[in-house]
Amino acid sequence: MSVENFPSAAIAGLAREAKLEALHMVHRTRASHIGSCFSAADILACLYGHVLRIRPEEPDWPGRDRFILSKGHAAAILYAILALKGFFPRAWLQDYCGNAQPLGGHATATGVPGVEVSTGSLGHGLSIGLGMAIGLRGTDGDHPKVYVMLSDGECDEGSIWEAALLAGARRVDNLVAIVDYNKIQSFGRVADIMDLEPFGAKWAAFGWHVIEVDGHDHAAVCTALGEAGSVGKPSVLIAHTVKGKGVSYMEDQLLWHYRSPTADELRQAIQEVSS
Amino acid sequence: MRTAFLSRLVELAEQDERIHLLTGDLGFSVLEPFRDRFPDRYINVGVAEQNMIGVAAGLALTGKKVFTYSIVNFAVTRPLEQIRVDVCYHNLDVTVVAVGGGVPYGTQGYTHHGSEDVAFTRVLPNMAVMVPCDSHEAAWATTRLYQRQGPSYLRLGRGGEPTIHGAPQPDVSGPGWFEFGGTGRVAVLANGPILGECLKAAATLATHGIGVRVVSVPAVSPLPAEPLLSLARACDRLVVVEEHSRIGGLGSAVAEIVSEHPGLPPVKRLGLDSAKIKIIGDQRFLWQANGIDAAGITTAVLSWVAAAPT
Ligand SMILES: Cc1ncc(C[n+]2csc(CCOP(=O)(O)OP(=O)(O)O)c2C)c(N)n1
Ligand SMILES: [Mg+2]
Repeated sequence: MSVENFPSAAIAGLAREAKLEALHMVHRTRASHIGSCFSAADILACLYGHVLRIRPEEPDWPGRDRFILSKGHAAAILYAILALKGFFPRAWLQDYCGNAQPLGGHATATGVPGVEVSTGSLGHGLSIGLGMAIGLRGTDGDHPKVYVMLSDGECDEGSIWEAALLAGARRVDNLVAIVDYNKIQSFGRVADIMDLEPFGAKWAAFGWHVIEVDGHDHAAVCTALGEAGSVGKPSVLIAHTVKGKGVSYMEDQLLWHYRSPTADELRQAIQEVSS
Repeated sequence: MRTAFLSRLVELAEQDERIHLLTGDLGFSVLEPFRDRFPDRYINVGVAEQNMIGVAAGLALTGKKVFTYSIVNFAVTRPLEQIRVDVCYHNLDVTVVAVGGGVPYGTQGYTHHGSEDVAFTRVLPNMAVMVPCDSHEAAWATTRLYQRQGPSYLRLGRGGEPTIHGAPQPDVSGPGWFEFGGTGRVAVLANGPILGECLKAAATLATHGIGVRVVSVPAVSPLPAEPLLSLARACDRLVVVEEHSRIGGLGSAVAEIVSEHPGLPPVKRLGLDSAKIKIIGDQRFLWQANGIDAAGITTAVLSWVAAAPT
């Protein structure tokens, strides 16, 4: 996974296309969480555009790397990426949150190729990912890796730290946590509600290899993820991000955890994301 | 309902300094009036519901009256053991308040379906469980539980539900049993916003010549046994409708009492079908899919009457 081969244009294109799809999805359904999608979009594009060993045409391939979106409320951007990668038809995105349709408002595994686990209740994904990582280890030397994306607010949950303790104690090195550290949670700023700092030091103290990175810098994210996952202990990528990244009126605004764009706002957002 | 609860809580907190409010990082555009008015009696504990209930128990042990706030499964299911041991076992004055009871977050998937919470809370010792149908009942239940002094669960909707009662319910000493009139030998008991569907079904059934008495029963526990038994004695059939699993909620509570008294009519339970938990859809769609919208209730009663005439 050297940076020379890093497909920067493809990743940028994937992130942009996915963001445009997600905008339409939340606009159509008046859904929340577009800000949560946009802080994570670049990292997901790096994972699905470069890092993960996956076969979209064979989603259950046993040798695949696993990805769990533990912050399941950002499902729209995950679905968009999966559709763009060919896991299921792009037309399904039209029926996001539709009655009796597969793509639920939170990440839904049932009937959705590519979604490993249903999430939406925060604080579950790291434990499940740890179990997967342990379960996949015996297979052979080059065993699959398990990547789990957490949100910063989610790290308030005790269960995250229970999983972190066990993973560290057992040196489960094919487990990679990625924290979308966008500094905003549901009812205010992380620093005001439950300050996580010194965040990297906490993970390190629990036995993790810690990498801090700009979560919107594709080269940096790909390099960091290339290094993670085989260093003799679990790795965590603390990805500094901006909630609502790429749309001026959404960036770093709590409101866009909840609001969905009006027609005018949608037009402006499309323009800003496309340019 | 959320706003009615919060306004009433603010009123009560003006009078009673013991009242504290804890939230698990939820309540945007709902809790601000309390937060801003009583900053010293408000804590956002973060996305950490188990800790929230433990802290609430500790505060209650120092004489505070504590209300905790989150979405159904995060309010109840996640910290169920803290509720059971820390709050109920010690019989503490903590009211667990949940929004999103039933399936108002239906498109969000099963993680956000409030489908078993009444069952979980109803079996706990010392616990009162209230499921109001609209903002008037929500305000009523808030005061009722505030006065009660003990472990309580208040299950609210998502917000924006239609008002069903014509006026506020002033009698806060009442048991949690509101009759909506109607005459006939079929009684429909319900709680939560689905009561509105029962009233529509009753109107339709009347045009089929079937008289229906509709009762709102926010008090699932303790269930008002006296009014239930006298209603049952005056009817041939009891139908219970709830936006909750058919297992363990109001329907079960009614059946438990009725089954212990010989000669009382049969009970039909309508609610969410646990075989359908993977269906995603908006609230009305899921009501339909589970046969608890007005049409489904009407059909269930008509076919029951046709199959077993009295
Ligand atoms: C266990 C649990 N508690 C509460 C919620 C409600 N909830 C949804 S998103 C969220 C927090 C959002 O902030 P953050 O976790 O930082 O995610 P971001 O959108 O910023 O990535 C909360 C509290 C939940 N989904 N699960
Ligand atoms: Mg955040």
